[in-house]
This record gives sequence, structure tokens and C-alpha cells, in this order.
Amino acid sequence: MEPLDRYRPIIDDFEAFIDACERPLPSAVRVNTIKATVERVRTALADADIAVEPVDWHDGLFVLPEDSPGANWPYFHGWIHGQEEVSVIPATVLDPQPGERVWDACAAPGSKTTQLAALMDDAGEVVATDNNLGRISALRTNTERLGVTTVAVTHEDGRNHSLKPFGGEGYDRALVDVPCSCEGTIRKNPDTLEDWTLSHVEGISGVQKGILKRAVEVTDPGGTVVYSTCTFAPEENEAVLDYVLEETDCEIVDYDLPLSHAPGITEWQDESFHPSVTNAKRIYPHHNDTGGFFCAKLEVPAE
Amino acid sequence: MSDQSTVFTRLPETDDEREDPERATREEVLDFWTDRFGVPPETFEGYTFWERGAGKLWLYQGTPPSPVDIEGLGMTVLRTRQEHWKPTLEAVQRFGEHASENVIRLDEDAARAFVAGEDQELDWDGDWGYLIVTHDLADEPEPVGVGLYVYGELRSQVPKGRRREV
Repeated sequence: MEPLDRYRPIIDDFEAFIDACERPLPSAVRVNTIKATVERVRTALADADIAVEPVDWHDGLFVLPEDSPGANWPYFHGWIHGQEEVSVIPATVLDPQPGERVWDACAAPGSKTTQLAALMDDAGEVVATDNNLGRISALRTNTERLGVTTVAVTHEDGRNHSLKPFGGEGYDRALVDVPCSCEGTIRKNPDTLEDWTLSHVEGISGVQKGILKRAVEVTDPGGTVVYSTCTFAPEENEAVLDYVLEETDCEIVDYDLPLSHAPGITEWQDESFHPSVTNAKRIYPHHNDTGGFFCAKLEVPAE
Repeated sequence: MSDQSTVFTRLPETDDEREDPERATREEVLDFWTDRFGVPPETFEGYTFWERGAGKLWLYQGTPPSPVDIEGLGMTVLRTRQEHWKPTLEAVQRFGEHASENVIRLDEDAARAFVAGEDQELDWDGDWGYLIVTHDLADEPEPVGVGLYVYGELRSQVPKGRRREV
């Protein structure tokens, strides 16, 4: 937990925060509405004697207090997908509509990609990019099992995403859920902080800036970009937003989030960030008994 | 990252537009689903069909310029360039509800054996060949995968990576 000590000045009730980080997180599943309704999934899980708890802010999510999502009928049919509560946030904030073109910049293993497709009623086009072939294989397995017909997969570095395969068309929306130091997943992966170094945080921040910049560039005027991480590190969150505000034409806008959260911060150590980063949301484990998360909504001005 | 095996080529609509004589046409694909399983052609309205490698067809919603060299385009749907075309488990799970022919309904025990990859002796009065296998889930029949019925036996075609002890 030692790397988290540096957040004492920015997190309210720091002891409760640390206590929450030490508690394991139960599995959760998202209903894949491309193949089933919430009601049928509820029935099928009950028939399989799998106990579920509802999630108050999202009726397509269930917590499985005693089971893992894998070996049951609804899973085999692609009716459910293992996805924890906070991981569901960014696609709901992006709010893609049927028929739109959407870019998922760091897509594998595809939990959010397939959620985007489901939110679009599997109508439109989701271009899912990743730079790792092994992880792309997991993404492909998930899109197949979940019966998604609208996802095209590209193998490239998101910083250099090419529009060429699709005839040069831009996007209505983009999801930028970047690789990060994953501090917020500590409840799921207790050894996630073992290899933590500040130089890794600072290095990956450069990659994040490049990917978010590319996402703003390829999103059409009037479009929306969502930036998210599962880390608390301001270097990977507000500092990245501050960079793209400088480098590109976009705004960070407020949005409704039906979960307790704290605003993005404008001061960190000797850095200060643009005031609009307070529109980003920080979700801490002790707020809602979830993992940790960061999510910002950006708009590209209409021409 | 360019490799012939990752190139997707869109299927020609009909025989008139066909350049590669071995490549299936969209018309043939729709006919296959109608003739074998009674799936109406309008089920696939709005989808495009693509071939990657030799014979594996994918179904997608967009219309990128063909050929397109990427890692995935929608979902796999059908294996062609062989005597008996074979639908994928994924296509059957997604579109099998529209099937009216060559559909075999299994009871719970037989369905469990099927997804575990087991072959089983069963009575079946219909055609031999690939069948859509269903079972009841949440009080309604639900397509689960593809079986090959020959010599009084239903052979599970569930791919190794998808087999489960449910």
C-alpha cells in the first residue's frame, strides 16, 4: 500500500480509503443485451443456483458474491460478461448511439468494446484497436462469444491510429481507456503495487497523452471523447487532460455520474492544471465499495 | 503487420460479379441458410459478408473498402470451400433462433454433454449433416451450437476452447 501514501493530501478520509483498498472485491457480470434481456439472465442465473446482488445505479449489472462468472449456461451463451462495476462507467459516459462510428483506442480484452456495441444495439461500427496480438486474441474471443457483429479490430499503436482501412472516415465518438499503473485494481489484484515505480507512472503518462491526442484528432467536430484510467495517479489523469487541452482543440465537460465521487484536482505537488479538469471524476474504493477509477468527458467543438 | 492471412475480401453479390471461382457469393450464403435451416434471407439484411484466408466467412455491419487488412471484422459465420458448408457456433447462437429446419432440441443432460464436447447416440428422423442444437434456457429454447449428425450419433462440434462443464 506504500505507493498510495502520496495521495494522503488529496483523498478525504484516507484511513477509510486504505481500509477499502485492503478488502477483496467480489466478481460482477454485465448483461450482454445483444443476446439476452436482463430478465432472462436473472432467471437463468437463478435456475443455476447462482446468487446475485443488484447494482443500484445500473440494472444490467449483477454482483456475484460467491461465484466467478465462468462455467454456467448464461456465460456459455454469451449472455453475461465478467466486468466490474467501475469498468462499466466510461462506455455509459460516452453514450454511443445506434448507427454511429466509434473508436475504442485501447480495446483489448474487449469488455468495454463489447459494451459499446451493446449500447449501440449492435448497429453501426466500433473500430477496436490494440497494440498487443495476444490481447487482441482475447478481444476476438470475447466479441465472438458475445455475438457482436459491429466490431472491427486493428493491430497498431493507438498513437498512430490509421483511418486508411476505413476509407479515411472520422468518428462520432472515441473511448480512450488507456493502459495505466492500475492502482485502482488493488482489490482485485493485491500485488498490483509490487512493481510500482514513479518512473513507470511518468513514462506511461507520455503514452497516454499521445493516445488521447490522436483520439481528439480523429473525432469529428461536435463529437465526444471519454478518457479513463483505473489509477489514482494525477500524472496519468489530470496531467494528461491538461496536455491535450494545450495541444488540441477540445473541452472537458461536466457529466452526471450516479456514483459518489470527487472532482479532478487542479494542484498536484508543484504542478497546476487547467480549471476544467475538475469536471473529471475520481472514484475511490471507499466511496461506493468498488475499485478505483478516473473518468473525463471531452467534447470536440462543432465547426 | 501486413500478412495475407489477415486480409478480408468482401463477397461478390452474385455469380456474375465473381472473380475467384472458388469464392462464395452473398447469394449462395443466403441460400445456404435458407435451404439448410429455413433462416429467411432478410435475417442478414444490412450485413456484409467477407472471406479471410481460404473459406472462412465473416459477417459485419460496416462497408470498409475491400480488401481490408485488419485483425477482425465482425464475427465468423460460415466455413466454405468444402463439400458441406459448416456454420460457426457463434453464428448459430446469434441467428439460430430464426431457424425452422434441421434443429435438434436436447434435454438438459444431453445439452451438458454436448457443450463438454461429447458425442452421443440419439434418435433423429431428419437429414444427416450439420444441425443447429438447442436446449431450454430461462424457459425458452436457445441455440447452443452446431452438431454433426451421422450414423445415429450427434457429434459435438463445439470448438475445444469453448467447451465447458456447465
